[in-house]
Amino acid sequence: MLVEEIMHRIVHTVEPELSIREAFQVARQHRIRHLPVVKEGRLVGIITDRDLGHALLHMVDDEPAAEALAHPVSEVMRREIITAHPLDFVEEAARLLYQHNIGCLPVVHGERLTGILTRKDVFKTLIEMFGVHQPSQHVEVEVADKIGVLAEVSRIFSQHKTNIHRVMVYPGRQPGRLKLVFRVQAINMLGALRDIVSAGHRVLWPPLPPDAGKPGECHE
Amino acid sequence: MSEQALFIHSDAFFRYRFHDDHPFNNQRLELTLDLIRSLNLLKDHHLYEPTAATDKELYLTHDREYVEVVKTAHEGTIPESRLLEFGLSTEDNPVFDGMHDIAALITGGTLTAVKQVMSGARPHALNLSGGLHHALRAKASGFCVYNDASVAIAYLREKYDARVMYIDTDAHHGDGVQWSFYGDPDVMTVSIHETGRYLFPGTGNVYERGHDAGFGACINIPVDAFTEDDSWMEAFERVIPSAIRKFQPDIILSQHGCDAHHYDPLTHLSATIRIYREMPRLLHEWAHEWCDGRWVAVGGGGYDIWRVVPRAWTYLWAEMSDQPLGEVDIPAAWRKRWQRESPVELPHTLHDPEGIVEPIPRREEITQKNRTVVDQVLQYL
Repeated sequence: MLVEEIMHRIVHTVEPELSIREAFQVARQHRIRHLPVVKEGRLVGIITDRDLGHALLHMVDDEPAAEALAHPVSEVMRREIITAHPLDFVEEAARLLYQHNIGCLPVVHGERLTGILTRKDVFKTLIEMFGVHQPSQHVEVEVADKIGVLAEVSRIFSQHKTNIHRVMVYPGRQPGRLKLVFRVQAINMLGALRDIVSAGHRVLWPPLPPDAGKPGECHE
Repeated sequence: MSEQALFIHSDAFFRYRFHDDHPFNNQRLELTLDLIRSLNLLKDHHLYEPTAATDKELYLTHDREYVEVVKTAHEGTIPESRLLEFGLSTEDNPVFDGMHDIAALITGGTLTAVKQVMSGARPHALNLSGGLHHALRAKASGFCVYNDASVAIAYLREKYDARVMYIDTDAHHGDGVQWSFYGDPDVMTVSIHETGRYLFPGTGNVYERGHDAGFGACINIPVDAFTEDDSWMEAFERVIPSAIRKFQPDIILSQHGCDAHHYDPLTHLSATIRIYREMPRLLHEWAHEWCDGRWVAVGGGGYDIWRVVPRAWTYLWAEMSDQPLGEVDIPAAWRKRWQRESPVELPHTLHDPEGIVEPIPRREEITQKNRTVVDQVLQYL
């Protein structure tokens, strides 16, 4: 998934000359926290409501609050900006947000600011990626980390005419092992699970009934 | 006194059967009926033949297009890919001969129950073949083709403008019914189930509370895997009466899937038959207290068809028909009749003896977790 698919295209920005007081108002009016600072269409800085607050705290030591609020945004904005490109992968954007411990990424194409992405947007996408929107059940399988293993387990679900609608792959508990997490559209997975076990994999969830190794025995 | 309840039944119900190796096996109804009869709990005046739901009734909650597909699926003229779009021809919901007719009869069974109760013929009615709570507007899901409870509730709304309280005690979340009435303030759906974190259908979170005008008329109590009787009953007894008092229903429709039992192969809860005796007793009491006795009950999931379903649903019928049973022995003749076919040893008593669930080390933690969920639910009430 690409950044441009989930970014906000309407970006509320401020100009560097705008006063801190007015910048606060823009943030409050649109109920946003991050304000890119733009001069002639070019991104020159970024400011958050928290940065504004901190800057003010220092300024009011030396001057009355009313005067402090009149200073231009350019005096307190951050000039080193970490940005994303519209064609970056969402996971890359997530890594940037996490590594730099920042709350948003202005999305820049050439010189132009084309969008903005916040932690919340990435979070929302992650939730969709885990996905519990359609009726489905969670299955966890531990497998050896080798070529074709995902295909092998997936094929078992397909042989049981069971649709998989999400897959995630995590590192296993030991090196050389992987944990596959499937969300499959099925209430009954006993048949598929038995075959997964027979193929030599470990089913971590759901717990298998004691007689699951003996096909058919529990219901006939 | 025992002329209080109707037992909706047709032998055709046994034919809601996908294939011989499928876990949803309505031979369980045969076993149940035989056990009920062996205990002499079923008289002629209890029995009532259902009428199949008409197309128009099915359209109350299902799309026409879906009903058409269900009708013709077995003819083999619909491409597989199209059947899959409607949730059919999967391992859960394979197509079987006569699928529409029997699913419509089961839906008709719940409708018949509702009509009999609303007409005042009897205060209570039971359709054990019903409770197919996963079926969606245009999709078969989780062994369910038509959603009999949704159709019956929609009928109650349209015909009587009744306020309906739906109480779902199946181990799986009652998603189909919930979504049917998610925006309707006059239908309250309550579902207690194993958390959807790991179990089908994945929904039923505490935060699913309805939308628009229906906000607040949807309650979910997801309990942790390995939950036992005491914790399950505590959740049930703390939430349901408050919900009923708040909602003031005209009628209660309860779903009695019995797959929360420790023996059930498809779920991971650790309940015993005790909860299937206590829940009907309480529902019965509440129906009289709040709804002039109007109470319709349906079946639901239950995949240990030998040891669990017959006993759980015998207790349910005994309670509904004012012939409540305590701890009694299962008639030897019943055991003899079915033991030959059963792959497991059939139980000797209607209740479970102590100790069928091995003690779990995490009991205290699970109980606490469930209590937190209930506290949260109660905040909304």
